[in-house]
Amino acid sequence: MSNPLLSVSGLGISTVQDPRTLVNSVTFEIMPGEAVGVVGESGSGKTLTALSILGLLPRGVAIAGGSIIFNGTDLTKADPETMRNLRGSDISMVYQDPMTALNPVMKLGRQLLEVIESHEKLDDGSVARVEAVLREVGIPQVERAMESYPHEFSGGMRQRVMIAMALLLTPKLLIADEPTTALDVTIQQQILALVSEQRRKREMSMLWITHDLGVVANLVDRLIVMYAGNIVESGTVEEIFTNPQHPYTHGLLSSLPSRTDKSRKRLTSIPGVPQKPWLVGNTCAFAPRCFKATSECTASAPKLVGTLEKSVACFHPMGDK
Amino acid sequence: MKRDPLKPKGGFYYYMQSTSGVVGAILLLFMVIVSICAVFGWLPHDPLEQNVEFAMKGPSSNFWFGTDEFGRDIFSRSLDGMRRSLTVSVSAVSIAATIGVTLGILSGYLGRWFDQLIVRLSDVIFAFPAILLALAIVSTLGNSWYQTALAIAVVYTPIFIRVARGPVLTVKEMDYVKVTRILGFSSLRILRKHILPNVTAPIVVQVALSLSWAILTESGLSFLGLGTQPPNASLGLMVSEAQPIAAFAWWALFFPSAFITIVVVGLNLVGDGLRDALDPARRSS
Amino acid sequence: MSFGERTSRILLSTPVLRIGSVLSTLFGISIFVFLVLRVIPGDSIIGAFGIETGVLTPEQIDQLKIYYGIDKSLPMQYLSWMQSFLTGNMGYSYSTGISIASLTAKALPVTIELALIGTILGVIMGIAVGTFSARKPGSIRDFAGQLFGLMALAVPGFVLSTTIVTIMANKFHYFPNGYEFVRLWEDPWMNLQQMMFPGLVLGIAVAAPVMRTTRSALLETVDKDFVRTAIGKGVNSRKVQTRHILRNSLIPIVTMTGIQFGYLLGGAVIVENIFSLPGMGRQVLYAITKREYATVQSSVMVFAILFIAINVITDLIYRKIDPRIKK
Repeated sequence: MSNPLLSVSGLGISTVQDPRTLVNSVTFEIMPGEAVGVVGESGSGKTLTALSILGLLPRGVAIAGGSIIFNGTDLTKADPETMRNLRGSDISMVYQDPMTALNPVMKLGRQLLEVIESHEKLDDGSVARVEAVLREVGIPQVERAMESYPHEFSGGMRQRVMIAMALLLTPKLLIADEPTTALDVTIQQQILALVSEQRRKREMSMLWITHDLGVVANLVDRLIVMYAGNIVESGTVEEIFTNPQHPYTHGLLSSLPSRTDKSRKRLTSIPGVPQKPWLVGNTCAFAPRCFKATSECTASAPKLVGTLEKSVACFHPMGDK
Repeated sequence: MKRDPLKPKGGFYYYMQSTSGVVGAILLLFMVIVSICAVFGWLPHDPLEQNVEFAMKGPSSNFWFGTDEFGRDIFSRSLDGMRRSLTVSVSAVSIAATIGVTLGILSGYLGRWFDQLIVRLSDVIFAFPAILLALAIVSTLGNSWYQTALAIAVVYTPIFIRVARGPVLTVKEMDYVKVTRILGFSSLRILRKHILPNVTAPIVVQVALSLSWAILTESGLSFLGLGTQPPNASLGLMVSEAQPIAAFAWWALFFPSAFITIVVVGLNLVGDGLRDALDPARRSS
Repeated sequence: MSFGERTSRILLSTPVLRIGSVLSTLFGISIFVFLVLRVIPGDSIIGAFGIETGVLTPEQIDQLKIYYGIDKSLPMQYLSWMQSFLTGNMGYSYSTGISIASLTAKALPVTIELALIGTILGVIMGIAVGTFSARKPGSIRDFAGQLFGLMALAVPGFVLSTTIVTIMANKFHYFPNGYEFVRLWEDPWMNLQQMMFPGLVLGIAVAAPVMRTTRSALLETVDKDFVRTAIGKGVNSRKVQTRHILRNSLIPIVTMTGIQFGYLLGGAVIVENIFSLPGMGRQVLYAITKREYATVQSSVMVFAILFIAINVITDLIYRKIDPRIKK
């Protein structure tokens, strides 16, 4: 078994002033060439986990513990220049809102060339390289696009440009934070297909964050489910979809509308509201909303047990009677 | 008295949270007290009294801020000058605020040609630098204190029109106000219940800021000789009188200047404190 | 597109609308100046006219009559004035017999030079202190920066000027403004020395609001998503500061600078007086004390036109910086 490309161990994230836990303890690995999806509701800590890998946490939020090992280096302890070198070249990120993620007063071409400029020397071939990637992601009239400003493009097009920016230096790992959430459904499908194709072509690893289980099924190899700052279940896409162990995962799957189900039943939803990570003591965070909860669940916090293919953190997994 | 936790905290409470606001209020209060003393004549010396034998002497136990070239007590004159500056400025801003806010609200509410007219009028006044306009008006009107106040009022009316008009326009477009109009509520009631609460906060803040500008303008005018006339005391005039003797009598320049600075700082801090206290977003600059 | 649609499109297109707006403001200004400066002292002007015109030649007196619209009804007076002003007849100074137009031509460049120097100094100081403050919000340096901004605002220009004069002239015996004023093209070095202190005083007045705007614009931009994208691409921190943060903060700074220019012109009146600069400010002041109404009227009009011109220029610069605005 080869070495993991990215290994996150016991990662904790909290606010700096008046500390509140936002991510309790997250442990997972990504193998080279593997695509992993992270699913969870707002507040589960999935976006923060993704941002912390590249050290892009917002002001007032910081890593509180644990390690992030990429290619042998612990990113939580790396110096700024090491991080800068990684960003955009070894690890790239695509963000959620294409409308605000681009510099409004800089031409698109320049913003793209900036990626090359930050890691290599710009030369005559650089423009051609950028234009080639723009074509690959499906931007029409590439020469004109290079001279355009972000506000001249639609959300879907801007997201394609962001993806082009991320792929330009062929990163080993692409992190995508809900890049399709802000887009129309039809555009969503296009972007998903584009990313899928690019990943396979470049044999990249990918970390894909989403709150929508339906989106992720055909995109990733393995799935991680997060709730209130913890991982509650992880496994291959097949395993999770066919045999969900954690009641929360089960609930998420049940709430997905099905194309094949013509019974017109009401969609099931999980009762209650998502738990805030900093209010969880030494208990199972999901217990208040769980139909299988017992006193054992509030006595201590369940740990994640299992293998790469399938693990769950629960006292009463679904398979149990 | 136990606070009811469900009742929202008032602006006063929030104001007290801001250190700069509190400091500003203290400075301002000090100056107001000082002026009141001057009004009632509770001064160590008569501001106009000349004691030639004591001329150009530094701060002493008798003359706390020293004396000028005519032997007049700078301390008493400073207090008297502060009183004059505040009188003129408060009058000016009161007039400007009253007229400006009324015009602004009417303009925003009635809209159409009236609004356009008022806006154009404000733009015209905005086109003039404050001191220049005040100068020009004072030159034609005369420079007694109420004429100066009127001149300054003209200069600072447009800003109140603008500050009052803005929220009116925003609120007018809001759905809940449109609904009340359809339901036939009288304009007066809409004004009172919906528009006024939104307009009060920015206006209060603007009053504090405009007062600070008015004091600077007034002292600028009297520095140039177009405000209070000698031998009366006015802070700007005192600075002007101190010019030729400043090298030998620093106190003649320093104390009136300090008074102006303190009151302007105080008003600015109070304005900031008010802005933070009354803004629902509770943002600090 | 119908004819009506096409016409309204052209009429409402931005350049036409803006020129129309500027012209109507200028029109309004002229009426305002006329009302305030002529109507109220109306009788004294007529009175003075008879007595104090000894220095002027008969032709000059005629020109001045037209300028004032003597013996005409009020609206005709205004039209007469406007016609004169627009054709270059700005009246004559009673005491010297020189045409106000030529006085203005000499004085205007001085004021413009002073205003430019003041603005440049102010913007440099303001952006420098604002950036310094914004680096660590809430820290001691931030407090110091904000204190500077507050003091720059609260200490009046005339106080600062008087202090400089006192210290420089009396203690250091260095006071270039004590000598006769030289023009920029006569002796650039001396001219700049004479502009230095007054320019500094005006600059400090400009620096305060520019500093505040810079600080808040920077703090706001730093949290924006595209800054995160730039960092995430591996752009080095210096380039992130300049190309992404500063560049996007410029717009409010430019706007604020344009607004400040108006106050700068006002400050020029005081500063020109103290530092003996023969500019428009001193001209107006002198005219007021000597009751030279024509000079006051023409000069105030010139000031206002200058201010409007600066507004238009600021607007144009604004459009150049922000590609989101359609030209």
